Amino acid sequence: MGKVIVVTSGKGGVGKTTSTASIGAAIAESGQRVCVVDFDVGLRNLDLVLGAERRVVYDFINVAQGDAKLAQALIRDKRIDTLCLLAASQTRDKDALTDAGVERVIGELRETFDYVICDSPAGIERGALLAMRFADQAIVVTNPEVSSVRDSDRIIGLLDSKTQRAENGGRIDKKLLLTRFDAQRSRRGEMLGVADVLDILSIPLLGIIPESEEVLRASNLGSPISISGATTAAGRAYREASRRLAGENVPMALPEEKSTFFNRLFNRRAA
Amino acid sequence: MSLFRFFKSRGTAPVARERLQILLAYERVALGPRDLVAMLRDDLLATIGRYIDIDPDKVRVKMDRAGAFSTLEIDVEIPSEKIVGDALRRPAATQADAA
Repeated sequence: MGKVIVVTSGKGGVGKTTSTASIGAAIAESGQRVCVVDFDVGLRNLDLVLGAERRVVYDFINVAQGDAKLAQALIRDKRIDTLCLLAASQTRDKDALTDAGVERVIGELRETFDYVICDSPAGIERGALLAMRFADQAIVVTNPEVSSVRDSDRIIGLLDSKTQRAENGGRIDKKLLLTRFDAQRSRRGEMLGVADVLDILSIPLLGIIPESEEVLRASNLGSPISISGATTAAGRAYREASRRLAGENVPMALPEEKSTFFNRLFNRRAA
Repeated sequence: MSLFRFFKSRGTAPVARERLQILLAYERVALGPRDLVAMLRDDLLATIGRYIDIDPDKVRVKMDRAGAFSTLEIDVEIPSEKIVGDALRRPAATQADAA
């Protein structure tokens, strides 16, 4: 039985899709069978970030409504053969997904894959609630910024009340993924620090992804940064977070830039 | 300029932190009983865990609201052998503490 993980945040644009693709690819590269599922009906993008946008024939809704078999809708990654994508529908509206339909598809995916990673849409409406509904575990993606932290707090509340596990009196394992973190700005007191965010949200940390130009480069190419930019700071951070997610004990290091006296001086002036 | 800035302020992050802490304290209360159930579960887990080694997934805490009353349902599954083993170990530890 595979594990179902939802990648969620409340706020849009914090890096849910990038994180889903990067973590999914990194775990799959280690040999585990991974399926990444796009729940953003009408605004699908996981296909684009993974470079599979021209290979979508059937989607999640086709499978949930019984118009296609799961095997027909799964798109196997060209680079990593243990990675599959189940795309969201671009033409239907989000009400086409029902609780029962989603439960059945997630159940089938659980049988076939070691990890089912659900990319949630932004917001706290139906789509986001369905994405978290059947999850065993959640990755809460947060930027070190007030509106993102507030929305994450709200999402944590929903994870503790609206998921199937919570409704049955159980618990859902929640981990924080801090993205777009700028260690220098944080050191200068211009950005919330890792300790601040952890203190406020009080859930354990999965990883810290530094702000990086390479993330845009990777999405331009349609290739997850954990694979195409495996040696970049952000790529490495995603790979380490993925190993932690898979249960490995990987020490957490604060992303540090080479901080010489001169570039500190320069950065202070530039800021 | 850089020197002035350095001496003048320690940045805006502490302000952000304080505003968030105050705001979220209000919002968490306003949004209702989910925190209560989650906190109860964590506390129960910690308390029971001190005596018996249990699987966190086997502790279920459920709050149901029906009309004028709410019911709190707590369900803890413990493998029988754990109770025997731990019950024997515990008094010994207490004596050792006392000595």
